[in-house]
Amino acid sequence: MTDRAFSVVRAGALTTVQDLGRPGHAHLGVPRAGALDAPAHQLANRLVGNPASAATLETTLTGCALRVRTATTVAVTGAPCPVTVDGRPAPWGAPVRVPAGAVLDAGPATHGLRSYLAFAGGIDTEPVLGSRAADLLSGLGPDPLTDGAVLPLGDPHGPPAGADAVPHHGPVPELVLPFLPGPRDAWFTDSGLHTLTTGRFRVSPASNRIGLRTEGPPLERARSGELPSEGMPLGALQVPPNGLPVLFLHDHPTTGGYPVIGVVPERCLAPAAQAVPGTPVRFFRMR
Amino acid sequence: MRPLPVGEHGLLIELDSAEEVEALHAELLRRAADGALPPLREIVPAARTVLLDGLADPRGLIAELAAWDIPPLTAGDRPTVEIPVRYDGPDLADVAALWGVTPDEVVRLHSATEFHVAFCGFAPGFGYLTGLPERLHVPRRDTPRTKVPVGSVALAGPYTGVYPRSSPGGWQLIGTTGTVLWDPRREPAALLAPGTRVRFVPQETA
Repeated sequence: MTDRAFSVVRAGALTTVQDLGRPGHAHLGVPRAGALDAPAHQLANRLVGNPASAATLETTLTGCALRVRTATTVAVTGAPCPVTVDGRPAPWGAPVRVPAGAVLDAGPATHGLRSYLAFAGGIDTEPVLGSRAADLLSGLGPDPLTDGAVLPLGDPHGPPAGADAVPHHGPVPELVLPFLPGPRDAWFTDSGLHTLTTGRFRVSPASNRIGLRTEGPPLERARSGELPSEGMPLGALQVPPNGLPVLFLHDHPTTGGYPVIGVVPERCLAPAAQAVPGTPVRFFRMR
Repeated sequence: MRPLPVGEHGLLIELDSAEEVEALHAELLRRAADGALPPLREIVPAARTVLLDGLADPRGLIAELAAWDIPPLTAGDRPTVEIPVRYDGPDLADVAALWGVTPDEVVRLHSATEFHVAFCGFAPGFGYLTGLPERLHVPRRDTPRTKVPVGSVALAGPYTGVYPRSSPGGWQLIGTTGTVLWDPRREPAALLAPGTRVRFVPQETA
């Protein structure tokens, strides 16, 4: 392996390699995968001069620490966190030059859940079906980081593009999820739909990259039984028999047999990636 | 054919039978290959539906669909795959009891059936194979196994499937194959894509 690599000093609770995912294979049972907070992933890449498609690291709550083998430009975005290089404070949301042999530490998120670490040149693990994203449902792509693992970096693309303004949706004291009803809203009573738009829900600790689970009042069904399995889109609000909606995120199964009461547009999903367990959730109907 | 909206950019097209789903799916693939479909991200056939996702104008396509002439599929339209199986699964005797036949007869009936992949899901490369007559449909296990070995040939409801990797599962296990169902380095990665015809060929158990 060349010197363009880093070794994992502290893997954190769950740190995965992510990019824009592998769309177009759902008919073979292959989830989309990819960065849950796509704008944060793209910003991190932009700050180090990478194309949006370069692979970054997605951390979960506790951050991670890495030792780079060669001097590398790095940027940390997404959930704000203390960033240090060999123990000295460095900026979050800006390009940081990390000398060869130094340790970059992205600490625990001060708010939000998932931080993104981009390296000039991107993480150069082997693509699977055109993507380097780790897919935790089906196990495609690189395994989650472990202490001591070594990951290769690609050659830098060019000078960092910089950014005039750093778009950041900030902490989410309340997660507001707009949705369009359907395709199976008719499986719920009017009262069930009313509960969805007026009920007090919270993000369940059982949430993960597959789905954001909720706790709250169960939605009343108009029909019992299961649907024959059907295709599930990203952003689907699937309602299992316990009546509590699950928002399908990037690693969701591509087909399923529980009714989908509504679909949250993809562009509205990034805040869901940053909502910690216990965050209040409100659903509102777009039309 | 009933189109249902799915978010801003999707359509779920509901049909009356698995045969209609397959015919529509084949027609969609034909039109996509001819460049006659608007750009889209996913075409996902399932038991009674086809999901189209990533469309700029789903409503425009609804209007078009109504005017399509969709020919029914014939067997010759599909590629065929043969999968050798050792019929040695731990649930073979239970399936024999559910069918009211001997285990040998399960092997004969299963390997004599012409299956085809109705749709995929659950795991990359997992195909839901239809073809068993209704009297041979079996329920899932009451208690799912925490670990089903890779290559297990299994039954549940109207379907037969082969586990492309080791995973939890509640299907009735009747045999094992060494055939590789899923290899992302292979083109195509999935041996069993929607529409593929499948024959199971009994092998001597070791």
